[in-house]
Amino acid sequence: MRNLSSRLSRWLISGPPLLYLLIFFAAPTLIMVFAAFRIPGDYGGLLPLLQTDDAGKTEVLINAGNWHDFITFENFGRFFEDSIYAELFLKSFWYAGITTLICIVLAYPLAWLIARSNKKTRDLLVLLVILPFWSNFLIRVYAWMIILGPQSYFSVALNHLLALVGIEPVSLLFSQFAVIIGLVYVHLPFMVLPLYANLEKHDMALLDAAQDLGANAWQRFWRITWPLSLPGVWAGTALVFIPALGMFAIPDLLGGTNSIMIGNLIKQQFLDSRDWPFGSVLSIMLTLSVLLMAAIAGWAGRSKKERA
Amino acid sequence: MALLEIRDVVKTFGDFTAVNHVSLSVEAGEFFTLLGPSGCGKTTLLRMLAGFEQPNAGQILLDGKDMSQVPPEKRPVHTVFQSYALFPHMTVAQNIAFPLQMAGVAKADIPARVDEVLEDVRLQQFAKRLPHELSGGQRQRVAIARALVNRPRLLLLDEPLSALDAKLREEMQLELINLQKEVGITFVYVTHDQGEALALSHRIAVMNKGEVAQLDAPETIYSYPKNRFVADFIGQCNLLDAKVAEVGGSRMKLEIPGVGLCEALPVEGAQVGQSGTLTLRPEKIRLAAAVTHDADEVHFKGKVHDCLYLGDVTIYIVELENGTLVETMLPNSAPGRARFFDDNDAVELAWRFDAGHFLLG
Ligand SMILES: Nc1ncnc2c1ncn2[C@@H]1O[C@H](COP(=O)(O)OP(=O)(O)OP(=O)(O)O)[C@@H](O)[C@H]1O
Ligand SMILES: [Mg+2]
Repeated sequence: MRNLSSRLSRWLISGPPLLYLLIFFAAPTLIMVFAAFRIPGDYGGLLPLLQTDDAGKTEVLINAGNWHDFITFENFGRFFEDSIYAELFLKSFWYAGITTLICIVLAYPLAWLIARSNKKTRDLLVLLVILPFWSNFLIRVYAWMIILGPQSYFSVALNHLLALVGIEPVSLLFSQFAVIIGLVYVHLPFMVLPLYANLEKHDMALLDAAQDLGANAWQRFWRITWPLSLPGVWAGTALVFIPALGMFAIPDLLGGTNSIMIGNLIKQQFLDSRDWPFGSVLSIMLTLSVLLMAAIAGWAGRSKKERA
Repeated sequence: MALLEIRDVVKTFGDFTAVNHVSLSVEAGEFFTLLGPSGCGKTTLLRMLAGFEQPNAGQILLDGKDMSQVPPEKRPVHTVFQSYALFPHMTVAQNIAFPLQMAGVAKADIPARVDEVLEDVRLQQFAKRLPHELSGGQRQRVAIARALVNRPRLLLLDEPLSALDAKLREEMQLELINLQKEVGITFVYVTHDQGEALALSHRIAVMNKGEVAQLDAPETIYSYPKNRFVADFIGQCNLLDAKVAEVGGSRMKLEIPGVGLCEALPVEGAQVGQSGTLTLRPEKIRLAAAVTHDADEVHFKGKVHDCLYLGDVTIYIVELENGTLVETMLPNSAPGRARFFDDNDAVELAWRFDAGHFLLG
């Protein structure tokens, strides 16, 4: 009886979120997988498998004889045929990777500072970190367009400085540089928060112990703080790298023609070229490559532990 | 020259004085204990020895060298922290190897050194475990092994056994004594447990409110407390108000008001009429329905006020004729007998004149 009721309550509690995920995550993913094997419709979307005539009668168009006209592997073939897609993937990985790296370097000292300050300052600093979320994402990116634009004080001052040392003026906007600035800016809080949550839990006695046993400041960081903060670093990396990889708005607004990312291409397929099947292929490849990376990282972490 | 010399050290936090003009020295190879109630400044003193705090005044000398400019990582002093502070991401062996790596010991020599110290603390088969996979006592031993492995001049231990249960604590006390004998490293041990201090130490500094109240061997501290604080803090002690009645010679006479006269060891500077406290350990008092006593013994009458059966002994609280309560004990060594007296039984007390210790003031 007890068992039954506890099982029932477990289902009642986990049921709704499970259902939600099933409907809005698992189902669309499955639909996308199927879409990847289909053929684009004449006016976008997918070539229909069913047809409803004016009388309201529905007819199944696909059958054992003609399924070749509806189902195809060609979308995947297209992806592997042209190296331009692989290159774009690599470039996106590079953007996301460098963004993640910069975020770690910038966020770590900040998270450390927040974790080590007293309760009141800590709350204030955390508030400041999440403050940007209170304004619209696009507005913040537009702000960067202005900051990096040729007329901004920032650009003007920078080019004056460069002129002093005899360097040609540079244009900041619509460049790789601008894209990376935008990506870092948008994702930085997602690195700071998990790192802070991790560092805040560290036992300060461990650092005292390390120092007592002969470790200097660098050794204390490298042997104690850093390895213990890795869960935070990984959490932040997942929160920064994955969204950054699929980002299209920032390259759209801040990047030039040669700084588009995989997200832009996917968006193009769905909205401009209206080629849903190929867009689906690109999305699936993106998901798979992220999963592959996670698997490699997990495997590397495990084998390192076993070697120890 | 003493290994460690603390000269007139003062440490204040704001306007609070945590350590107040402490001077003491510790010899090489000694098991030295700082004993005192919570908040008396033991940890603060220890942290100054480790280098985590700087004294506001005074000097700390190790091997005759002033330590004030030496940071913690450069001092040949290691600490066993109360919380153990084992590195959770390193195995037992890695934890122990850490100080060796920091000291720049050649990589090839490290495993042998680690094995050696693991053997000392009987943890060979746990080398590959992570700290959270160990019991409290095992963690404790890892912490000690880690602090000992590169043979510091001084090992500081801050209440290392306080997190263990009573049985394990006793075991670890024996191990600590043996280990210290074996490795021959000087231990400075902090505890607020007087039993532990008495059992382990060569010498004890009893601290009170940042000052050293008495510094002596355990037997001296126990039998001849120098002041009321030490008498009260260490073990059970009867404190009887008394007045000096007669001085001169090899014994002096005290008057316990309402009870009578008794003899005691003379105290330097005592003058007739001065009042003070006679300290008397319960186990030094003999108790019987009628005690036979010789000329060296003090003898009083009383009645049983309370009994407390403890198994090996029974505590009897005896009320003297002036109403003062005196704690005494009788061993239950005779078969079948556990209670010799009942409440309100008339009894007699006796103790040797030199069993007690008179404190002036
Ligand atoms: N960093 C500090 N700032 C302010 N006061 C402190 C600081 N460290 C210690 N104190 C104070 O100094 C006094 C002595 O502290 P200490 O930790 O040395 O006591 P202790 O003898 O080790 O006590 P316990 O047995 O409880 O560990 C305490 O009253 C404590 O509040
Ligand atoms: Mg303490």
